[in-house]
Amino acid sequence: MAEPAAESLNLLEHLPVLQVVIPLVAAPLCVVLRHPVVVRAFAVAVAWACLLNAGLMLGTVAEAWGAVLGGVEHATGGVLVYQLGGWAPPVGIELRVDLANAFVVLVVAAIAAVTLPFGLGQGALTVPQERTHLYHAAFLLLMAGLFGIAVTGDAFNVFVFLEVTSLSSYTLISLGRGRQALRAAFSYLILGTIGGTFILLGVGLAYQMTGTLNMADLAERLPAVMDRRPVTASFAFLLVGASIKLAVFPLHQWLPNAYTYAPGVVSAFLSATSTKVTYYVLARLIFTVFGAGFVFGVLNLDLLLAPLSILAMFLGSIAAIYQQDLKRLLAYSSIAQIGYMTLGLSMNNETGLAGGLVHLFNHAMMKGGLFLVVACMVFRLGSQQLRHMRGLGRRMPFAAMGFLVGGLSLIGVPGTVGFVSKWYLVTGALERGWVLAAGLILLSSLLAVAYVWKVVETLFFGEPPDDVPVARPAPATMLVPAWTLLLACVYFGLNTDLTGDVALQAARQLMGALP
Amino acid sequence: MTPVVGMQVALLVPLVTAFLVMGAGRFPNLREAISTVATLLTFGVVLTLYPAVRAGERPELPVLEVMEGLELSFTLEPLGMLYALVASGLWIVTSLYAIGYMRGHHEKHQTRFFACFALAIFAALGIAFAGNLFTLFLFYEVLTFSTYPLVTHHGTEKAIKAGRVYLGILVFTSVCLLLFGIIWTGHLAGTLDFQQGGILRGKVSPELLPVLLGLYAFGTGKAALMPFHRWLPNAMVAPTPVSALLHAVAVVKAGVFTVLKVVVYVFGVDLLFETGASDWLVAVAAFTVLASSFVALTLDNLKARLAYSTISQLGYIVLAAAFATSSGVIAGGLHIAGHAMGKITLFFVAGAVYVAAHKTEISDMRGIGRQMPFTFVAFFMGSLAIIGVPPFGPFLTKPGLFIAIAESSPAWFGVYVLSTLLAIGYLMPVVVTAFLDPKPADDGHHGQHGHDDHGPDVGEWGWSTALEQKHPLVVIPPVLTGLGCIGLFFYGDELAHLLAPIVMGGGA
Repeated sequence: MAEPAAESLNLLEHLPVLQVVIPLVAAPLCVVLRHPVVVRAFAVAVAWACLLNAGLMLGTVAEAWGAVLGGVEHATGGVLVYQLGGWAPPVGIELRVDLANAFVVLVVAAIAAVTLPFGLGQGALTVPQERTHLYHAAFLLLMAGLFGIAVTGDAFNVFVFLEVTSLSSYTLISLGRGRQALRAAFSYLILGTIGGTFILLGVGLAYQMTGTLNMADLAERLPAVMDRRPVTASFAFLLVGASIKLAVFPLHQWLPNAYTYAPGVVSAFLSATSTKVTYYVLARLIFTVFGAGFVFGVLNLDLLLAPLSILAMFLGSIAAIYQQDLKRLLAYSSIAQIGYMTLGLSMNNETGLAGGLVHLFNHAMMKGGLFLVVACMVFRLGSQQLRHMRGLGRRMPFAAMGFLVGGLSLIGVPGTVGFVSKWYLVTGALERGWVLAAGLILLSSLLAVAYVWKVVETLFFGEPPDDVPVARPAPATMLVPAWTLLLACVYFGLNTDLTGDVALQAARQLMGALP
Repeated sequence: MTPVVGMQVALLVPLVTAFLVMGAGRFPNLREAISTVATLLTFGVVLTLYPAVRAGERPELPVLEVMEGLELSFTLEPLGMLYALVASGLWIVTSLYAIGYMRGHHEKHQTRFFACFALAIFAALGIAFAGNLFTLFLFYEVLTFSTYPLVTHHGTEKAIKAGRVYLGILVFTSVCLLLFGIIWTGHLAGTLDFQQGGILRGKVSPELLPVLLGLYAFGTGKAALMPFHRWLPNAMVAPTPVSALLHAVAVVKAGVFTVLKVVVYVFGVDLLFETGASDWLVAVAAFTVLASSFVALTLDNLKARLAYSTISQLGYIVLAAAFATSSGVIAGGLHIAGHAMGKITLFFVAGAVYVAAHKTEISDMRGIGRQMPFTFVAFFMGSLAIIGVPPFGPFLTKPGLFIAIAESSPAWFGVYVLSTLLAIGYLMPVVVTAFLDPKPADDGHHGQHGHDDHGPDVGEWGWSTALEQKHPLVVIPPVLTGLGCIGLFFYGDELAHLLAPIVMGGGA
């Protein structure tokens, strides 16, 4: 569908749909190509193409929004609108990309571009050679689904793409070693289906009340019927459905097992992207479709979401402290980190939402990097138990130092991305007048110190146990992707032009009426 | 070299040194040569900055803007100048001493040790030059994490536990209280820059001021204000050069420096004095001074006693700052230099005794002064300095402190007298034991310390320098710093003039 290259402007117009189409078309091609080496190279190339596409899209949207801020008239108010097949919204499906989506898409694309080449040529996927093509097909489908959720402007479409991501995630998780991976995938399947069903119910109720599935139209028509019970019910279904997918405390039960038993690369990719996209969906539903006035003003969601978020921050971190399995430790840490994001959302101000979005980006970098580092260790040790990792710092210095960098980031040491997130969130809380919440955000970082340092002490002190193979340094093909993300933690901790500024503008755009 | 370039060089030299040291790990002599040259170079460069600051210049070095209102930038002002001089100057002697100590004691992981040491100095200079609260906080945390491997150097169970306490307290206070205070300040004042006369006037209600001050005073865990002092005695498990780094060169000084800096450039002395927001801090600091002195009296382990002495002396500096008068603040600043010089001497001696005679407990040190005369003369000088006798550096603090007490409440004079008596009480017995107690030091009933079979027989009653000649690198530094305490006394006027402008005039 790409126009001749000469009409480059036209190509730019197609960016939103290309973002989904590229991985969607590439996925079946993987099955056709079949040869493991060719498939891997192809998948990596596709991921990089997606990253390029995402970068261009963010650039285009940022330029348009900049123009709108500068007072220039813009047909769609700085939003990229794409009508699939040229059909206008009530009939056709519309893709709408503003800064928030473009930002999330960029995060997903960047993580995919870094994680897919992980361990290239090492056979480190724990997937049998003869199924490599299926693994990559599922991976690309997952990417297509995530991109789809992010770019679409159609509520039902969100559900469709959500199911695409869910099905491909189950496949990927079940590829992990051992039978527990199957159980983890199964429980994710059950809970994920419940979440998906809730979202479908919510969308259905909203459609019943307004007669439209287009988010922009929904936003226009919902205010007229806001006082009707089905609208509240619709929001409730959507909220719970999205919260399951996002693993908002106490709906997080599926997450620890899924991240623990999935293959290392899949844990890294899922933890860095899938919850992030759902976070975006939640923000979009609240601020664009239903409106902050309804959600926070009438329903007082903040009074529910803020305490739950804070509980997640504390209980997730406390649970992490007691884990003996390194991947499970990181999984519980993720639940806590999601708590920071939803807390930012519940503040209902620009700084807080920007803090949530910044943390979305930052957490993707650090948790992605950490899971990859752990994948390096597991690759050499064959175990993800902490007790097998005593003294590993001497054998695998780069991986261990990587964990230290990522861990400092989780703690929020200045000079890392974690600090930037915390700065936004605490400022947002103070702007809202939530002094206690501000204090609790900082207090909870101490729990991060506890679980990070537990690992650091294990890695750097103590003698290696006898019952595990003597580890050698991880191969460069694994260390380079891991360290790419970890160095990004430091770079974006010192330069927030991309993360902070874009997130702040995205938050402004989200919180303003739909342009 | 312009001052701005000088600041860059002063920051870069220790940072580059850390990496060079790591690279030269397999060649100990080259590694130590790099360290030594770097110490001299850093001090030399810092020294070149002095005339400019003394002449009233405030060189600024912006580096990058992390986000709106969050800038990494350096500004050199008198207080930072003083701290930079202390840190870089004492790095020279500490580095020499560390070489002698680590080799004399056959310590492992020496490369990591010297690299982290250089990083710590980098962090200290970053704190000294910090132009705003964010930069200060950043380097404050760099200092915490770069000294962690030093504290846990031995990697034993005890060292790891001490490391936990060290990180636990320092990170807890800095993240939960200090960072909270900083973000709150930014939220209220709209800026994080250090400005003459403070940035909070008119921005904060009088009821909130003491709360904010509390966040800073307790949040600066490195200032070891009670009840957040436990990390300092715990960190004694580290090799003695690390104790010197913690107690004199960088770490605790970074703490009291931060408190002074915040009092002067964030709150403003006048604002605190007018509102009385720091009155409670005077009481807490006075309590810290006295309580830790009493604890010091009861301890037999020399390093532990010195550690509590440090807590007490830090309380002194916070006390001086809490009076919120110009003379008090300047006295506090001078005491940073004076105490550093005195306390480093005492710790050097403690380490020298450990290296040469394997003694750690004071009760085991009977007569050892005659075996190590130069060392214990240095200890005597350091003790007199800490007690505050002329002509030693810390005496300079007294006039300013007296004025501050007089301007506040004369009742605090009692604290001063009592703390001086206590200092005599916990330092002088060491000197007496070492020189005058003729009993054989090791008669076998100190089971747990009887491991020095190959150590020299210090029970003999006679003067000898044989022991000191064997370990010159751990003996010369304390003698130098002991003499330095006297030298400092004659620069007191100069330093007071350097610091005077920081409390002059209000406004930006």
